[in-house]
Amino acid sequence: MQQNPSSEPIVSLRDVQKSFGPLRVLDGVSFAVQRGEVLALIGRSGSGKSTALRCIDRFEKVDGGEIVVCGHRVDRPDVDLRALRQDVGIVFQSYNLFPHLTIEQNITLAPCAVKGMATAQARDLARKVLAQVGLEEKLHAYPEQLSGGQQQRAAIARSLAMQPKVMLFDEITSALDPELTSEVLKVIEQLAADGMTMVMVTHEMGFAKGIADRIVFMHRGKVHETGPASILTSPTTPELTQFVGTGNLKS
Amino acid sequence: MSIQLDFPAVLERWPSFLAGAALTLELAFFATVLGALIGTLAAVGRGSRSAAIAGACKVYVEAIRNTPLLVQIFLVYFGLASLGLKLSAFTVAVAALTINVGAYTAEIMRAGFEAIPRGQIEAAEGLALSRLQIYWHIILLPAIEKVYPALTSQFVLLMLASSVCSQISAEELTAVANYIQSDTYRAFETYIIVAVLYIILSLVMRAGFWGLGLVLFPRRRRLGTPL
Repeated sequence: MQQNPSSEPIVSLRDVQKSFGPLRVLDGVSFAVQRGEVLALIGRSGSGKSTALRCIDRFEKVDGGEIVVCGHRVDRPDVDLRALRQDVGIVFQSYNLFPHLTIEQNITLAPCAVKGMATAQARDLARKVLAQVGLEEKLHAYPEQLSGGQQQRAAIARSLAMQPKVMLFDEITSALDPELTSEVLKVIEQLAADGMTMVMVTHEMGFAKGIADRIVFMHRGKVHETGPASILTSPTTPELTQFVGTGNLKS
Repeated sequence: MSIQLDFPAVLERWPSFLAGAALTLELAFFATVLGALIGTLAAVGRGSRSAAIAGACKVYVEAIRNTPLLVQIFLVYFGLASLGLKLSAFTVAVAALTINVGAYTAEIMRAGFEAIPRGQIEAAEGLALSRLQIYWHIILLPAIEKVYPALTSQFVLLMLASSVCSQISAEELTAVANYIQSDTYRAFETYIIVAVLYIILSLVMRAGFWGLGLVLFPRRRRLGTPL
């Protein structure tokens, strides 16, 4: 039924509005992500970038505008949430691995419960996605036995196991020290090289510059400046100039 | 003044004591299993988006927690009888104890549910799990784990409180003691023995819950974290 010709974007937001009470968080946000593209959402805290990301997977309901993700009309109240979320993978800042389950069980749960995959097949899949993030040896460990960076990589593997068409990353390295951050970013680089479509909210400007096909700079609930990664080195608006000039651009 | 204790006179009734202790344990077992089930459902119900369901669960919990167990037992006993239902004292006792412990379980489980971080649920939603699957796979066991000591204490307390079922002539340990002491005129000895038997039953239950914990929470077993 739903078609995704290569010309149609995987994610598109058009004039999206969102308020929390009197606070207008998203004020007419529009951007699109093409298949295989890596888009970095940057901006100050409170600029609305995380909210914009969460709207894509309908963790926030929008007040107005249109969001289409893999053919799903996310802004509509009758959107099939479970179908949407099978197409979209999301990874959070706080990993959110399930503490009572082993890494293998964390990964196999959704493929088995949601897609009805056979246990043996799901276990093979768990090995495969863990190898992708370099954690094969942690198959039977519990989350609390892993470092923060390892937990985040396991969370990425858990999301990959659902074979999403697009991955969302919500400040996934903000809780990690520089060393652990770099091991997580290596995984993301590999995903990008494999052609995964990704939208990431990040404070790692150097990383965004190196990996993103396009940058969306948000300011006060609006897309203030957008363009290729080069806008980080030659910004055209004073706000982005100030944002990248505050020591953010180190790689 | 000296107390003359004659335990042999009372202890020769040991088969009755054992039968009473067994029945007490049986009462506690059924009421614990059923009460855990009802209490968990009531705790889920209190978080329901339907105001009617949430309200009904709240009324149930508050009504039970603010009335004495003995009155609840009489209500069930005479209530069912006036409806023409002829049930055994044992069945009535299990029903009343279940209703009672269910309300306390609901409050404990609610605390457990509320202790699950929001991020856990969002992660599960992001993986396309349904509401029921999230409760079953993500919330239930960690919630039980968080409140397990409170929960098991409540069930041991229930076993001890089941002694008031002697009032509707369920032949549990206290009822047995009542007629043994009236037969032998050795009340002090009888209740000393009964007290010791209750302590043993408590220890048996605590050991059971410890073992159950090992099965329910394999991570604790693997990592050696005490509950």
